[in-house]
Amino acid sequence: MIRTFSLTVNGKSVSLEAEESTPLLYILRNQLELNGPKFGCGLQQCGACMVLLGDQAVPSCGLPVSAAEGQTITTLEGLALADGTLHPVQQAFIDEQAAQCGYCLNGMVISTVALVRENDQPPEDLIRERLDRNICRCGVHARVIRAIKRLSES
Amino acid sequence: MIGETHTGRRDFLKSMGGLTIAFSLSGAGCFASPENDQLLNDLPDDSQINAWIQLLENGRIRVITGKMELGQGIKTAIRQVAAEELTLPFDSTVIQIADTGETPNEGYTAGSRSIESSAMQVRKAAATAREYLIELAAEKWKVPAAEIEMKGGRVVSGSYQNSIGELLQGKQITRKLNGSAEIYGKTRRQVVGHPVRRDDIARMVTGEMTYVQDLRFDGMVHARVVRPPAYSSVLEKIDLAGLEDDYHVIRDGSFVGVIAEDEWKAIQGISKLQDRITWRETTGLPATAGLKDHLLSLETDSQQDEQEGDPATAIPEASAQLEATYFKPYIMHASNGPSCAVALYSDRQLTVWSHSQGVYPLRDSIATMMGMSADDIRVIGVPGSGCYGHNAADDVAAEAALIAYNYPDRHVRLQWMREDEHLWEPYGTAMIMKLKAGLNAQGRITGWIYDLWSDGHSTRPRGDAGSLLPARYLENASPWPSGGFRGGATRNARPYYETGALSLSSHIFSGPLRFSALRGLGAYANVFAIECYMDELAVKADIDPFQFRLMHLTDPRARDCLTELRAMIRNISPEEGQGIGIAFSRYKNAASYCAVAALVDGSKQDRPVVRRMWAVVDSGEVINPDGLKNQIEGGMIQSASWALMEEVKFDNQHVTSHDWNSYPVLRYQEVPLTEVRVIDRPDQPPLGAGEAAQGPATAAVVNAYYAATGTRVRDLPIIKQQAG
Ligand code: FES
Ligand code: FES
Repeated sequence: MIRTFSLTVNGKSVSLEAEESTPLLYILRNQLELNGPKFGCGLQQCGACMVLLGDQAVPSCGLPVSAAEGQTITTLEGLALADGTLHPVQQAFIDEQAAQCGYCLNGMVISTVALVRENDQPPEDLIRERLDRNICRCGVHARVIRAIKRLSES
Repeated sequence: MIGETHTGRRDFLKSMGGLTIAFSLSGAGCFASPENDQLLNDLPDDSQINAWIQLLENGRIRVITGKMELGQGIKTAIRQVAAEELTLPFDSTVIQIADTGETPNEGYTAGSRSIESSAMQVRKAAATAREYLIELAAEKWKVPAAEIEMKGGRVVSGSYQNSIGELLQGKQITRKLNGSAEIYGKTRRQVVGHPVRRDDIARMVTGEMTYVQDLRFDGMVHARVVRPPAYSSVLEKIDLAGLEDDYHVIRDGSFVGVIAEDEWKAIQGISKLQDRITWRETTGLPATAGLKDHLLSLETDSQQDEQEGDPATAIPEASAQLEATYFKPYIMHASNGPSCAVALYSDRQLTVWSHSQGVYPLRDSIATMMGMSADDIRVIGVPGSGCYGHNAADDVAAEAALIAYNYPDRHVRLQWMREDEHLWEPYGTAMIMKLKAGLNAQGRITGWIYDLWSDGHSTRPRGDAGSLLPARYLENASPWPSGGFRGGATRNARPYYETGALSLSSHIFSGPLRFSALRGLGAYANVFAIECYMDELAVKADIDPFQFRLMHLTDPRARDCLTELRAMIRNISPEEGQGIGIAFSRYKNAASYCAVAALVDGSKQDRPVVRRMWAVVDSGEVINPDGLKNQIEGGMIQSASWALMEEVKFDNQHVTSHDWNSYPVLRYQEVPLTEVRVIDRPDQPPLGAGEAAQGPATAAVVNAYYAATGTRVRDLPIIKQQAG
């Protein structure tokens, strides 16, 4: 059924019409034109589509828009400060040059932001556990682990 | 929103007023070594390579390359070499990537050749541009050219100085490339040789980077393709009644595309249509379980590729012999982002936005498939998810083109589903390698016999329609290409070691699954086999694996890599249940040298974990050391994943590895930490390295698994999964 939804995305309230079974991912990408979250599998297996729901990193490909109502949604685009200062996690990825094609980066950055909100000095085991849902086919994992360690040292 | 405000290249030049250095070289010698030799011959006259550098009046330079950015950082490296020659800061450069409407035809971005070929052409062009600017200044100031130099992007001599724009005065000039211009990249190295940061990473972490998946046009519709249950299924019946309000369906033979205004609706359309189609199913695949025997039973096109001395006599006469057979299954590119394209057909012109590795060959194949003139088609390169070779990029572009052709005047976006990508991409072929060698009393190899079985390694588009997946399902179907490209299979089949008498033979079969170029081609499996075999020989000779390799290597650069690697891991002492393995290869026996060590924890025998990996790489002159390290680190991790757990499974109907659960890859909990050392040799030509780590990394992991557990794995992957 098509109906109107009110969402809070990156601090802004938006109201839009959608078929209620539509996964949040397509709403974010196609209606709100946010390119951060990516389609990787649509099966909640790869993490490419992750967003923050409150402080939790969740795949948006399996979340119907109806379930996202009333929640605070943050995408990659909403992490930097208004003056353009990057979130420390974004900066850490740049400093470590932790990317190749970067298709997975949305999910990795979102997972890491959720992780450091919970523990700003995460041990390596915890880093690995929390990012385990994020697939990277280019193999930048080791760089990402270094970036997060560097972040928690600073 | 992406606007359609594209200015043609010619207009651009007119409006900017700049210096164009056009250079042309005769085809073969400098063409980026394609996997497919035939490609060279098939390339029409534009196999003549032209590349351009534009010096803009604002002092910036615009570098144009026919190469694609695949996440390998080629854009950064190419900008670095150009900035160096013109003494500009890196930030004063911009770059344009592959586009049949804008850039030279550089064939494919493949085979680790972008640095060796394209970047070097840009370098020469920029150096020639510098010489030209100095000549202009000499004339203007009446000063001998020898007393003029470029500094900080300005041309200076004593009290005279001019910016590039001041000298050019809006003029435009074309000059032939001068191959003997001084190369500042060799003598000054202010920008080249330094770890310049990629500026695209800053855009990736904020979501500002535009991938082909992110293109969005006014009025764009979404399409999906309904797949048959098997390669050779035929559509018998389709019932479209009642779908008209929501969907527009394109059907041609057994090809079915569905269009909807909304993406989610299009996705739902796949199963709706699937329910309304009757397929004539076809079986005929052998099951994965018997694959090795099946492959050996196939008819082959066999030949002896090399023979030196008489190994058949030398081996039995040696004091010890060893025979071993290795197997590498089909593996996937499995890009993280499923392949995607946008196409628009309007006014009899077709425009396709694609992440293909070769925009020109793709354009020509689409032209053949659609019966259009190539002049009416433009393919624009836009970065996609990392591809590691020929994945489904070209297929999805062809499908989007077909659908758009039948639905004119609207942009059609088509992204494959995860299942499409896993089940339909062209895989890296399975291979079997049989080795036999003899050792003398001192542990030296005296004879070597190598036989390999492989499918071809490239079915890239080259103007034919059949290389494009949808073409095989059209009413007027094109035949599947048969890919007898021996050069892919025999890549690195020759050991880089002194082996005494030697015989190499290859047996090319036509295997059951769709295949094409995957990172390293045959070099991956050949190096895996040779380096594991060297390890087995070292054990048999009771010689340390480093020492055993060094005994058989004469090339000092190869020896340096191994010696450096040994130093790098000197202080590593494996714990109980752990082991270290090493391997070495020189990619293509002519490109980068790479030595790899792995530390494997085998305490859980059925679930080994690679804890750490080290590499030493010599790629000659290094353009960007961090870019090089990134490639090698990523290559090692990907290769460790291949070695440990990757295998395409299928039953007698079709592939069954349809998602990340049925085709698992290495994830964070089990990923190794990596460390790479670069040997920089500025006096040597730069060598591509994107594929250099694949073979040695897998062999190092397998050898480490043996050191940890005492179990020799000759059939990959190490961890055997339950059938998918
Ligand atoms: S796209 Fe959502 S988890 Fe893969
Ligand atoms: S950087 Fe390419 S998938 Fe992670």
